Amino acid sequence: MRVLLFGIAKDIAGAGAITTTGVADVATLKEWLYAQYPSLRELRSLMIAVNKVYANDEQPLLPGDEIAVIPPVSGG
Amino acid sequence: MNLLVHIAPDINVQQALDFVESPDCGGVVLFVGNVRNETQGKKVVKLFFECYEPMAISEMEKIAQYTISAFGIHRIAILHITGEKTPGETVVVIAAAAPHRAVAFEACQYAIDTLKQTVPIWKKEFFEDGAIWVAAHP
Repeated sequence: MRVLLFGIAKDIAGAGAITTTGVADVATLKEWLYAQYPSLRELRSLMIAVNKVYANDEQPLLPGDEIAVIPPVSGG
Repeated sequence: MNLLVHIAPDINVQQALDFVESPDCGGVVLFVGNVRNETQGKKVVKLFFECYEPMAISEMEKIAQYTISAFGIHRIAILHITGEKTPGETVVVIAAAAPHRAVAFEACQYAIDTLKQTVPIWKKEFFEDGAIWVAAHP
């Protein structure tokens, strides 16, 4: 499953997109991300967007979903 | 359409004003956000804005639609840049138009405050001795 990364999350992972396997929902994806990239735990927040909408931990991840890691936003 | 959301390397205050101004609106409130030349006493050389554009557009549309339905303004434009800007350059423009000024002020304030909280855009501040992603850490 392909996951997009932005901002500091992209810097931490060293790539704008990564591939995961065996993540069924948002909570599992976050655990996987924290295990792969422990520095993500130090951020003020870490949200996951599914199909361009903020997702809660219980949301399932399905093949074809557009998944993105959203570190603390700072526009404006 | 009574709302305009736009993300581009360069944005224009006049574009936002031209979009919202109409004869039914006696009050137009404009917010312009520019790059400041210092942060907590440190000189800022430039800012870099990264954007998850399709989601950012969607979140900006939600904000714009909410200001129209909740505050009763008639028209709103929200523009944001992507890429690099130096001090003094414009990075965000919000224009809100309503028959009377009070709700236009409220809508404009709501729009910029909410944009800063929900729209997936990230700002990297470059100083003379390094750079940081703004607000990333507690």
